[in-house]
Amino acid sequence: MIVFDRATVVYPDQTVAVDQLSLTVPAGQVTVFVGPSGCGKTTSLRMINKMIVPTSGRVLIDGVDVAKQDAASLRRGIGYVIQQAGLFPLRSVVDNVATVPLLLGVGRRRARADSMALLERVGLDPSLARRYPNQLSGGQQQRVGVARALAADPPILLMDEPFSAVDPIVRQQLQDDLLRLQADLGKTIVFVTHDIDEALRIGDQVAVMRTGGHLAQLASPADLLSDPADEFVAEFVGRDRGYRALGFVSGEVVTRPETTITLGSSGEAARRVAHGADWLLVLDADRRPVGWVRPDRLGAKVNASDLNRSGTLAHDGAPLRALLDAALSSPSGRGVVVDAAGALLGTVNAGDVVAVIERERSA
Amino acid sequence: MIGWFLDNAPRVWSLTLTHAWLSGVPLVIGLAIALPLGWMAHRLPRLRLTIIALAGALYTVPSLVLFILLPLILGTQILDPINVVVAMTLYTVALLVRTVSDGLAAVPDEVRLAAVAMGFGRWRRLVGVELPLAVPVISAGLRVAAVSNVSIVSVAALIGVVQLGSLLTEGFQLLYLPPILVGTIACILLALIFDLVIVVLTRLATPWLRRAA
Ligand SMILES: Nc1ncnc2c1ncn2[C@@H]1O[C@H](COP(=O)(O)OP(=O)(O)O)[C@@H](O)[C@H]1O
Ligand SMILES: [Mg+2]
Repeated sequence: MIVFDRATVVYPDQTVAVDQLSLTVPAGQVTVFVGPSGCGKTTSLRMINKMIVPTSGRVLIDGVDVAKQDAASLRRGIGYVIQQAGLFPLRSVVDNVATVPLLLGVGRRRARADSMALLERVGLDPSLARRYPNQLSGGQQQRVGVARALAADPPILLMDEPFSAVDPIVRQQLQDDLLRLQADLGKTIVFVTHDIDEALRIGDQVAVMRTGGHLAQLASPADLLSDPADEFVAEFVGRDRGYRALGFVSGEVVTRPETTITLGSSGEAARRVAHGADWLLVLDADRRPVGWVRPDRLGAKVNASDLNRSGTLAHDGAPLRALLDAALSSPSGRGVVVDAAGALLGTVNAGDVVAVIERERSA
Repeated sequence: MIGWFLDNAPRVWSLTLTHAWLSGVPLVIGLAIALPLGWMAHRLPRLRLTIIALAGALYTVPSLVLFILLPLILGTQILDPINVVVAMTLYTVALLVRTVSDGLAAVPDEVRLAAVAMGFGRWRRLVGVELPLAVPVISAGLRVAAVSNVSIVSVAALIGVVQLGSLLTEGFQLLYLPPILVGTIACILLALIFDLVIVVLTRLATPWLRRAA
């Protein structure tokens, strides 16, 4: 557990970067510091590993004041990931990952072997291990950065805008992989970002900061969307709050059975089972939905080229937002729900989901 | 010229060795001195300007003046080759202090930051991360210093310290071309060899640049 106790940082030029910050970062969870550029996120983060010492107030890790600890040994026990990865260009990927274990005196062979395992764990091909960092893509470098921060198995991981410099698709993969990793590892993670969507995705709790280093609100993502503390937070959390909040609510939505046809069947068979319906759902051989067709426009066979693929799929038990989106994006208006293996469970329409939202609200 | 060279080959060879020694040894000592000075200039921005201004001023002192002044300061004989070594070392330091400081400044901020955040002490960071990354810049400065040393050492022939430059003074006194040509070519070859050695050593010291995609 990390505790900020009225921590204040005033830089030599009198800039007040962080003002009386008091908050608790629970162990084993992801706490996100989010706020506009220059609001004091990085400064706050660096107080945890003593790269910045508070002008007044304290930061405690498991009850011990950080200021009283030796900086180098403190830092070797805290992983740190930054935006540009900051890999050592002169060391191979595997030796980059082994950096802190080597500093701690772990033997080279053992450190290398552990690092290889860790590279796989963060989703990197072991064949990249012997390369130098400048031979990797930005996303790969970030993965190495994460592996390096985890190498000595520190209980705390600090991440300062780690995914801000990669393109949106890679960013989403990196976020997913971090969450997957965290589900296994249960580290105490402090994650800094200026991107509210990233904060809401990653965080167990989110600390919204305002320029001048003030804490504006500390809340779970769902509470932040449904109950912003003030105008600044409401503004910062942004538009579509009502819809986005559904991303954190799940509810029992009963699916309806759906008539289907298998890809490659005859157009005649499709028209027969459709019974005059406008849209018919097409499955592959493993009963996984692949798209919708209009039976009256089919030729001799149901071909892949006939498919309308606009509908999104919702997994069973997914947040209401995913269910509603599946219904809204489906050409038939019926959202497709699948099980963990991707096989069809049934469909829901927007009315079904809205009914559940109303029920949840009055509950 | 070729006839003259064949007649005098052993002497040319020994002059070349002396020349190599007089310009090469200061290169090594100069680098050893410039590293800590350049590091100080890099660490202390206020000192940086002073150090670099001093080094620049030193470089403007004509070599002949330095060759004549040094015996007075060091209390050595005017013909003592030590004077040349000291003078060339001073020039090398003057050139390299700035280079070392620039090389350290060129280390990317995020790399330095990552090293600090992982608990590297100041020394480990300098030796393990910053200096190796500064090698390409330092090496470029060293190449300039090497060529410059080879040419400046020749001037010492004017005060009687014998090396390849002596062939030039000799040729001018006798108004005889072959020793001038041989001396010039030997100087150029020597400078090229220094350059090659530095380039090869740099490549060996920076494998990560060679394998860059
Ligand atoms: N070394 C420094 N000296 C003076 N002011 C600084 C320094 N570092 C940051 N600041 C200022 O402190 C404030 C907070 O900076 P920072 O913590 O980096 O914000 P963020 O990470 O949220 O963008 C900003 O106004 C910034 O300009
Ligand atoms: Mg920042």
